[in-house]
Amino acid sequence: MRTPLEWPVLRQVRGRDRLGRGAAAQSAHTRALTPRTETADRVVDSVCPFCAVGCGQKVYVEDGRVTQIEGDPASPVSRGRLCPKGSASTQLVTSDRRVTTVRYRRPHGTEWEDLDLDTAMDMIADRVVATRRRHWEWEDDQGRRTRRTLGIASLGGATLDNEENYLMKKLYTAMGAIQIENQARI
Amino acid sequence: MAECHPVGFQWVMEAKRKGATVIHVDPRFTRTSAVADLHVPLRAGTDIAFLGGLVHYVLDNDLDFREYVVHYTNAAAIVGEEFADTEDLDGLFSGYDEESAQYDPTSWQYENAPQAPAAGMRDPRQPAGPEASEEPAEHEAARSEETGSGGPAVHAKPERDETLQHPRCVFQILKRHFARYTPRLVAEVCGVPEEDFLRVARALTENSGRERTSAFCYAVGWTHHSTGVQTIRTASILQTLLGNMGRPGGGILALRGHASIQGSTDIPTLFNILPGYIPMPHAAQHENLAQFVAEDAGSTGFWGNMDAYTVSLLKAWWGSAATPENDFCFDYLPRLTGHHGTYDTVVNQIEGRSPGYFVIGENPAVGSANGKMQRLGLASLEWLVVRDLTMVETASFWKDGPEIESGELVTEEIGTEVFFLPAASHVEKKGSFTNTQRMLQWRHQAVEPPGDARSDLQFYYELGQRIRERLAGSTDPMDAPLLDLTWDYPTEGPLAEPDADAVLREINGQDASGEPLSSYTQLAADGSSSCGCWIYCGVYADGVNQAARRRPHWEQSLVAPEWGWAWPANRRILYNRASADPDGRPWSERKKYVWWDAEQGRWTGEDVPDFVVDRPPDHVPDEGATGPDALGGRDPFIMQTDGKAWLYVPTGLADGPLPAFYEPVESPVGNAVHGVQRNPALEDVAEPDNPLNPAGSRVFPYVFTSYRLTEHHTAGGMSRTLPYLSELQPEMFCEVSPRLAQEGGLEHGGWATIVTARSAIEARVLVTARMRSLRLGDQWVEQVGLPYHWGANGLVTGDSANDLVGLALDPNVHIQDKVGTCDIRPGRRPRGPALVAFVDDYRRRSGAHPAPEETS
Repeated sequence: MRTPLEWPVLRQVRGRDRLGRGAAAQSAHTRALTPRTETADRVVDSVCPFCAVGCGQKVYVEDGRVTQIEGDPASPVSRGRLCPKGSASTQLVTSDRRVTTVRYRRPHGTEWEDLDLDTAMDMIADRVVATRRRHWEWEDDQGRRTRRTLGIASLGGATLDNEENYLMKKLYTAMGAIQIENQARI
Repeated sequence: MAECHPVGFQWVMEAKRKGATVIHVDPRFTRTSAVADLHVPLRAGTDIAFLGGLVHYVLDNDLDFREYVVHYTNAAAIVGEEFADTEDLDGLFSGYDEESAQYDPTSWQYENAPQAPAAGMRDPRQPAGPEASEEPAEHEAARSEETGSGGPAVHAKPERDETLQHPRCVFQILKRHFARYTPRLVAEVCGVPEEDFLRVARALTENSGRERTSAFCYAVGWTHHSTGVQTIRTASILQTLLGNMGRPGGGILALRGHASIQGSTDIPTLFNILPGYIPMPHAAQHENLAQFVAEDAGSTGFWGNMDAYTVSLLKAWWGSAATPENDFCFDYLPRLTGHHGTYDTVVNQIEGRSPGYFVIGENPAVGSANGKMQRLGLASLEWLVVRDLTMVETASFWKDGPEIESGELVTEEIGTEVFFLPAASHVEKKGSFTNTQRMLQWRHQAVEPPGDARSDLQFYYELGQRIRERLAGSTDPMDAPLLDLTWDYPTEGPLAEPDADAVLREINGQDASGEPLSSYTQLAADGSSSCGCWIYCGVYADGVNQAARRRPHWEQSLVAPEWGWAWPANRRILYNRASADPDGRPWSERKKYVWWDAEQGRWTGEDVPDFVVDRPPDHVPDEGATGPDALGGRDPFIMQTDGKAWLYVPTGLADGPLPAFYEPVESPVGNAVHGVQRNPALEDVAEPDNPLNPAGSRVFPYVFTSYRLTEHHTAGGMSRTLPYLSELQPEMFCEVSPRLAQEGGLEHGGWATIVTARSAIEARVLVTARMRSLRLGDQWVEQVGLPYHWGANGLVTGDSANDLVGLALDPNVHIQDKVGTCDIRPGRRPRGPALVAFVDDYRRRSGAHPAPEETS
């Protein structure tokens, strides 16, 4: 039976939770709730992807999905804290605004089209091979050996992992592409 | 710092709780200012004048840490007679060539420096042998970034006068050079009252010395200028004079803006360096490996072993194909002929020379300066690959870019083929970040990426495989570097991801028997070791991923050496030999960090000593010693070729051996310091779509500066798509002072249009006393503050501040100046073609160069 006495404000006045931050504010429903972090199958150690401070993150996973990301109290950098952006990391990785299929815009096209990932990879590899060959340069206009292509450029963000940057620089250098840049200069 | 690195800022607050004085020098009042002991607003772009004032204060009042300065810096070095200072030449250093707008640094050398060292390895414009002297004067001092791990090579230790009295010793040159940076001049240039400036100067000098240290934290407010490098140099001079380098609580701390931007510099996706700050070879000088390593081979310090680092990298990349007989495949490396930075690339794209473009987790259409040039470059491509989590403006420019709205571009006429490939998030792959403190931290994979999303590691691995399949069997020598490449990583998981652990092992390096190396001192030049990045050698020591260590902070010392791994060699404070006095004793008990243990015959302390561990403080190297063997016991700066910190830079910088104040390219006032208005060596980008506002223009009377908000991330791809962050900061706005609001008729909460010669944008008006009107002499200067996070896509949209920014680049590192001049007026901006006409009108009235085409 609901009675006026169960109104939270009255419970706050009558009970011990005078600040209304605990029992007084609870309902049967909220009493039965458990934090997502308690029911997680796994907790995985990670690092915040936003600024360069490198705050420790704990990633909570349930049924193969990320359910929560919290600060890692053990980190000597952050001692469990996250800023507004770091605290929004769960939304970053679970956002329904993420694009999860390949999008393709043909030359002069007015709309995006679907494209199979494997086909896209083949098309990109074909373009790299062709552009590299067409724009290959053994020497510059002064006859100095350059062994390179100016036909292909790259700009990477600074949320790339070291291992990713390494494979990028390695592959591009072997291709002869030198216009390889990063947010680090921007 | 509280705004953009909030969690790092907790340590500033801890220090404050222990009695530290916190000073915030920034044009805008932020959350940092709110809790600082003192907030000092200054005119954006005048940092060299402010810091130069502090240097002057130290020198004028004999407040330098003399013992540190004499022993650990080049203060005593004697500079040649040919050198002329800005004091002598009214704003120019000797060696300036008007026509090329470049310096020849020959006259900046130390006295009796060798006149013809080996061909300039680390700086192609260094005075060099006959082969280099034939080189045309290209504007290519881009090579300073390679010195991110040490200064350029200077051979032969200079003559020294340790009394610091010789009129041409660096110390006396400094005194003369900074003599005019008085508190009065600081007030006149920066708009900082003398009294406030003196409070800063007193707090800084009282908190420096044996017992105390002071730290500087900075971000792109210092670097995004046509004089960015020299701003950092001024801070370096100041901190070195005060003895605040290599000591706990000291330093100049770069607060880098992105998770692994430090890693992206160490293992660079940058044009001018290879992993570990090894320079990219240059066509003019580096025909073979011997030439490439020649200059460093003779130098003092750890760059002296560059041959070992280079050969080990070549072995990591080309494996068994790299042999002593074929120069370890050195010839497989492409060569530079000038600078090839991101803005050069955009010019190449616009002019049709560079048709293919990969954009990986980056959004230049919003995040790079002069957004219009970025988008015109994109529209000129044959093909574009964009990999990101969400649909960023760089991928959709052909559909909804500002130039489509204005009619400058038409969708159907844009021939660019665009591939948007979804990327895996940070929890959907494993790998390491290198955070701002040079610390590598490993992330474990939590879940698989959704749909077609893949890691960039997988993308590049598979792209490389497919390219190699297409070239298989080719005998064309241009294909050999790809076919001989070591490109065989184990894969794992349902998506057959390449194993990032295996890549980190390759970066760490191994010996001839395949065992992981534990230190870069084990690297050899004979091809017996391989190592993908010498400064990261040791991250996989003992076959253990050291970056994945997570011993809780409560189980270890304050230095926390067992959390992650910091390069080099897990050192947490660089050059920490300087934390001890010349005899190896701590400068004070309070500031004890690393010291010489005579009994053990070793350096020891809280951190891994950044020195040859068993080299005693009184060691004097043999005449003719090279590499690390040439370091004396009192040479803490072990990556410098003389082991000393440089107050004066005899070679390696494009715009002078000392910092001098120049006005930003677009400035409302004249240079009050000397007769040269702007950085005489700055790099212009002379393009039709990069008009610059004339200095002192009455059409563009206000200063603008751009910045970030706590609640958004750079170009917004990782924040404008998230509901929480979008609700916290829902709309583009500009901050103006009450005085400017009154002058310009701007209404709080209403709209304003901000105009430069590049474009006009609109923003909501925030009238706030946080923006201070600055008094420069008899003139008021008003500043407009602009966050730059918005674009056309996402949950919250708005105009991009970067569309206002022009390109005028620092000549050392090719970074843009984020400060410029503008007009601001009430109301929204014009739409469609009217916007172009509106901006063209401003261009004509101001005399901006180049002028708009008559037809437009």
